[in-house]
Amino acid sequence: MKYIDEFRQQTLARQLAGAIRKEADSSRTYRLMEFCGGHTHAIFRYGVQDLLPDNVEFVHGPGCPVCVLPTGRIENAIELAERHGVILCTYADLLRVPAGLGKSLLKAKAAGGDIRMVYSTQDALQIARANPEREVVFFAIGFETTTPPTAVAILQAQAEQLQNFSVFCNHVLTPSAMQAILDAPEPVAIDGFLGPSHVSTVIGSQAYEPFAEHYLKPIVIAGFEPLDVMQSSLMLIRQLNEQRHVVENEYTRAVTREGNVKAQRLMQTVFERRDTFEWRGLGLIPHSALKLKPDYAAFDAEVRFQLPTIKASDVKGCECPAILRGAKRPVDCKLLGTVCTPENPMGSCMVSSEGACAAYWSYGRLRDGRGKQQKAQAGKA
Amino acid sequence: MCLAIPAQIVAIDEASDRATAMVDNVKVEVSLALVEDIAVGDYVLVHVGYALNKIDEEEALKTLDLFAEAGLRQAQ
Amino acid sequence: MRSFIDFKNGKVDLSHGSGGRAMAQLIEALFVKHFDNELLRQGNDQALFGVEAGRMVMSTDSHVVSPLFFPGGDIGSLSVHGTVNDVAMSGARPLYLSAGFILEEGFPLADLERIVISMAAASREAGTPVITGDTKVVERGKGDGVFINTCGVGRVPAGVTISGNRARPGDAIILSGSIGDHGVAIMSSRENLQFATTIVSDSAALHTLVADMVDAAADIHCLRDPTRGGLATCLNELAKQSGVGMMIDEQKIPIKAEVKAACEILGLDPLYVANEGKLVCICAAEEADALIEVMRRHPLGRDAAIIGEVIADDDGFIQMTTAFGGQRIVDWLAAEQLPRIC
Repeated sequence: MKYIDEFRQQTLARQLAGAIRKEADSSRTYRLMEFCGGHTHAIFRYGVQDLLPDNVEFVHGPGCPVCVLPTGRIENAIELAERHGVILCTYADLLRVPAGLGKSLLKAKAAGGDIRMVYSTQDALQIARANPEREVVFFAIGFETTTPPTAVAILQAQAEQLQNFSVFCNHVLTPSAMQAILDAPEPVAIDGFLGPSHVSTVIGSQAYEPFAEHYLKPIVIAGFEPLDVMQSSLMLIRQLNEQRHVVENEYTRAVTREGNVKAQRLMQTVFERRDTFEWRGLGLIPHSALKLKPDYAAFDAEVRFQLPTIKASDVKGCECPAILRGAKRPVDCKLLGTVCTPENPMGSCMVSSEGACAAYWSYGRLRDGRGKQQKAQAGKA
Repeated sequence: MCLAIPAQIVAIDEASDRATAMVDNVKVEVSLALVEDIAVGDYVLVHVGYALNKIDEEEALKTLDLFAEAGLRQAQ
Repeated sequence: MRSFIDFKNGKVDLSHGSGGRAMAQLIEALFVKHFDNELLRQGNDQALFGVEAGRMVMSTDSHVVSPLFFPGGDIGSLSVHGTVNDVAMSGARPLYLSAGFILEEGFPLADLERIVISMAAASREAGTPVITGDTKVVERGKGDGVFINTCGVGRVPAGVTISGNRARPGDAIILSGSIGDHGVAIMSSRENLQFATTIVSDSAALHTLVADMVDAAADIHCLRDPTRGGLATCLNELAKQSGVGMMIDEQKIPIKAEVKAACEILGLDPLYVANEGKLVCICAAEEADALIEVMRRHPLGRDAAIIGEVIADDDGFIQMTTAFGGQRIVDWLAAEQLPRIC
């Protein structure tokens, strides 16, 4: 696969590993936060940590839109299908996320709710066109990569004068989340950031410049493949050694300083910032999420269906809030592997395959001792 | 987040602003609503059925060179 | 009995399962006609056959695949291959099959005929006739078109003991060919999935490959076909049954470029994608090279490869060296893999 296989080559990996080993100062630790869940997933799936020296650590960030979606929003979506009888269109990632009272979209579907998995907002539009007598709601989630496709769908629905299509908007913003982490009352030891690949394709590398400047932390926009992650780690190590703190772009094949201006304009046309939004595990963050502008109220499911705010309660003992901020690691949570597993996720970090706990558990739990594994293995099959 | 995959544009339908892209003989249908000046033969990043950006082939090669260079330097 | 069944435009109705004339006509005009063998033509509720003295195996599988027709096969051929393979994984030579159909009221007879013809062809090719069967019809809405159960019996050659609990540290792990073909073929034929591939299902009867392997190797320890849940599930099952662990090498696992690309697009891990014409073999290390050679001479084993080895591990982990050079475990599947956007 072009532009994929070349960026996974083992020979280059070993070379880069050598370079990192050489340049990493053995008298210190480098704590690098990979913001994006996709990077967390890649790090565990390819075993990138094995090629790095022990004093280079990855701190997992909150860039997982499924993980940070409050369960109350899932309950709203279930209510749309069950009480309002809409056709609810959702990306597959959300189907199994447990909400309150043991519910989930998948269970609601089994109980008769018309919940359909889609791969694109275009599919949702198609369903709306094909079912003019039914209300169709698209359950929108995602950071800035996934937001422009929702904007396109809304504008298309408007142009076609679709009367039965609306969006339940849960789009969130990357810079706000980064800020929340950096502004946390108990600051977490993070030396630098691996910036998200595809969010940056849209928002551009310039979006991160204020952070590097203000918080004095180096940021390297990293490509999606494991070699990109290693090269970006090397670039961060170099900056830290040289005591620089600027934004660098390793993913130059897809990211420019300005980003995708067309996509940005489409987002600005349709969406505006909410005053505040609840992030699972991170609490209320101001100006961190989007809602539809009043001009598009007809396509806003929250307006159309008067959805109530449903408060979610966190599970006792669940360390997701600390893990999402990078303050704790998956192994620091007592629930990991005992009560909380991918089949029975207790908190946000386990519900999505790119949540730190899920990625660690599924790919990497052999690293840190086996005690918990035995209990979980005994429960299998 | 954001699984996006590089794919090559093999056919464009101007009227619907859509294209067919390919990864190793697998065809995907994508919307071109988020990009401009795409030609058959270009590589784009595909995310949730949309072309997100054009891939800069020159920069891709430069990046690969950087990886190799790091390797050479450490060997010295 | 003359048949008045309209196979072109007719639909299954409740009378086809009621035990009366309509059902008898359907059985005659469809099942007996196409499966066409002496034992079936005995016409009893059971088929009578003799066996040589020895050990027998029996296996059953129910098939609910959707869509019913996919590139490289259909629910009919799949139901034959699936059970023939389960029988063959004991080292046995498959002898006979039974076939039970649960039909949904309203199911097109044209589709049913197509499925039965395909089943008959598969069973003839596998030398394993369908000698007895059953038909039931359920009301509209209570079935997914058609469900098929097949049961198979076979005879295990003397001296052959192949079982999932026989893997030992040091054994070689062999895979007969590329992974993920079936699962990707199924997905590409589902509607609203906006991608197209030329991948066809690998659905095939593996018993002749197994026969060649049994003849060649003095002592095969385990055989299993990695169907639902993919290679990962198969290896985890064997490891658990045998109380061992495994170390495998991602670079040694054969996979077609197109399957890999399709999995990338959907965000799926090919290790968990279903296969219907592949097998995993665990044997003593010294036998591995000879076995590989034998397998590669068979059309269904051309890409056979040694993918790893069995190690001592009470926790039963499957460890894998990734193509990138790092380490990961290959865990049990938590739930059916779904495409992801993140």
